[in-house]
Amino acid sequence: MPIKVLIPTPLRPYTEKQAVVEVNAHTVGEALSDLVGQHPDLRKHLFSEDGKLRSFVNVYVNDEDIRYLEKETTPVKEADTVTIVPSVAGGR
Amino acid sequence: MALSIDSSRVTLSNEEILRYSRHLIMPEVTMEGQKKLKAAHVLCVGAGGLGSPLALYLAAAGVGTLGLVDFDVVDYTNLQRQILHFTSDVGRPKLDSAIDKLKAINPFVQIERFDTLLTSQNALKIFSGFDIIADGTDNFATRYLVNDACVLSGKPNVYASIFRFEGQASVFGAKTGPCYRCLYPDPPPPGLVPSCAEGGVLGVLPGLLGVIQATETIKLILGAGEPLIGRLLLVDALAMHFREVKVRKNPECPVCGANPTVKELIDYNQFCGIRGEEGEADPNSKIPAIQPEEFKRRLDAGEEIFVLDVREPHEYQICNIKGYLIPLGDLPKRVHELDSSRKIVVHCKSGVRSAKAVDFLRQAGFKRVSNLTGGILAWADRIDHSLPKY
Repeated sequence: MPIKVLIPTPLRPYTEKQAVVEVNAHTVGEALSDLVGQHPDLRKHLFSEDGKLRSFVNVYVNDEDIRYLEKETTPVKEADTVTIVPSVAGGR
Repeated sequence: MALSIDSSRVTLSNEEILRYSRHLIMPEVTMEGQKKLKAAHVLCVGAGGLGSPLALYLAAAGVGTLGLVDFDVVDYTNLQRQILHFTSDVGRPKLDSAIDKLKAINPFVQIERFDTLLTSQNALKIFSGFDIIADGTDNFATRYLVNDACVLSGKPNVYASIFRFEGQASVFGAKTGPCYRCLYPDPPPPGLVPSCAEGGVLGVLPGLLGVIQATETIKLILGAGEPLIGRLLLVDALAMHFREVKVRKNPECPVCGANPTVKELIDYNQFCGIRGEEGEADPNSKIPAIQPEEFKRRLDAGEEIFVLDVREPHEYQICNIKGYLIPLGDLPKRVHELDSSRKIVVHCKSGVRSAKAVDFLRQAGFKRVSNLTGGILAWADRIDHSLPKY
């Protein structure tokens, strides 16, 4: 299933500046795997060494946080968008 | 949701009625609403990028008491986006500059100044005098501090944050809503997300987000419209896309959940893993470093040193010391261009990115590599005054 993953600014240096990456997946976990497969530099920014999604990076399917769905096993269907939203602090 | 702001003893003079006439004739505001604005006490943490438009519009709107927290001095590089401050204010304390402009816009606003860093020792006391806190700070430790202090004080936290040309906005800590920790339970490790100085920021971006903060603050005071409680607004200014995702209240949140474990303010620098000043090379990391004076001495003595510049091409165009340019992000792919048998000094703008580069190179087996402390800015400051600083 072709799915769009929206890449936030702080992570675009690792996706060759692309703001949207197309992946093939049936679940969020597969989408993220495909994503870091295509852009390996992204891996350490999204996942800690034990393979878990970093806690300051949130992932949404459409507008729902996957922590409140089925986490990485959350299914995705065509026309769903997966959005990555990391924590940023700039204000000045 | 309306805050309980007691406006029963507030009156508006004829002058104020004329000043706010465009508010008064709207059913969403009216005299009643304007009196609530006048009775409200709003604390703006930070008088910089976000704080500037926020405070300006709150003053214009007639918020009766504005608290401002900022210990910093106006810097020339602030003027690109911190519109409270003018060229003539460079070198002045930000609060002096801010208060002049806010009083000029609206002399009816009372201003309480806090020329201090917000800390775990003073936050609760400072917050106690205000109804709403608006967070315009620029680092994770303070954001978690503001959040926790708001939850512990029972006050809403009108939040926004920015990075380059993207921003986020929400309202946290309202009684039934989520807090910042529900959204991000843990901060990123230090150095992973660059500051405005390292990453740059589109000058207009804090303008956009700061006004959203002012709007949300006013809505909370008036009890009008639908506030961003439980909603995270995501702004991409380059695409001019506004998106929204849901923020759920985490029933197990350590601060605002059913069984909170954080019942008093903690050491937020420790929580965020910061040792010493952010922005300087971490002294605990044993990154070999060289001061600009020593580097100059060795170059003048004819030592063969390979200078590696890990900044971006557009920075190289601003100024350079003729280093070999490999942007930090490209270093892993291009490390084969470097000769590990040579002495290498790595620099960037201020020494942060180059420290990461040195760390990477040492792990890749380079033994004769060191970081130029303070980067090209320190070089321009102390060695070659002809170089522009940026």
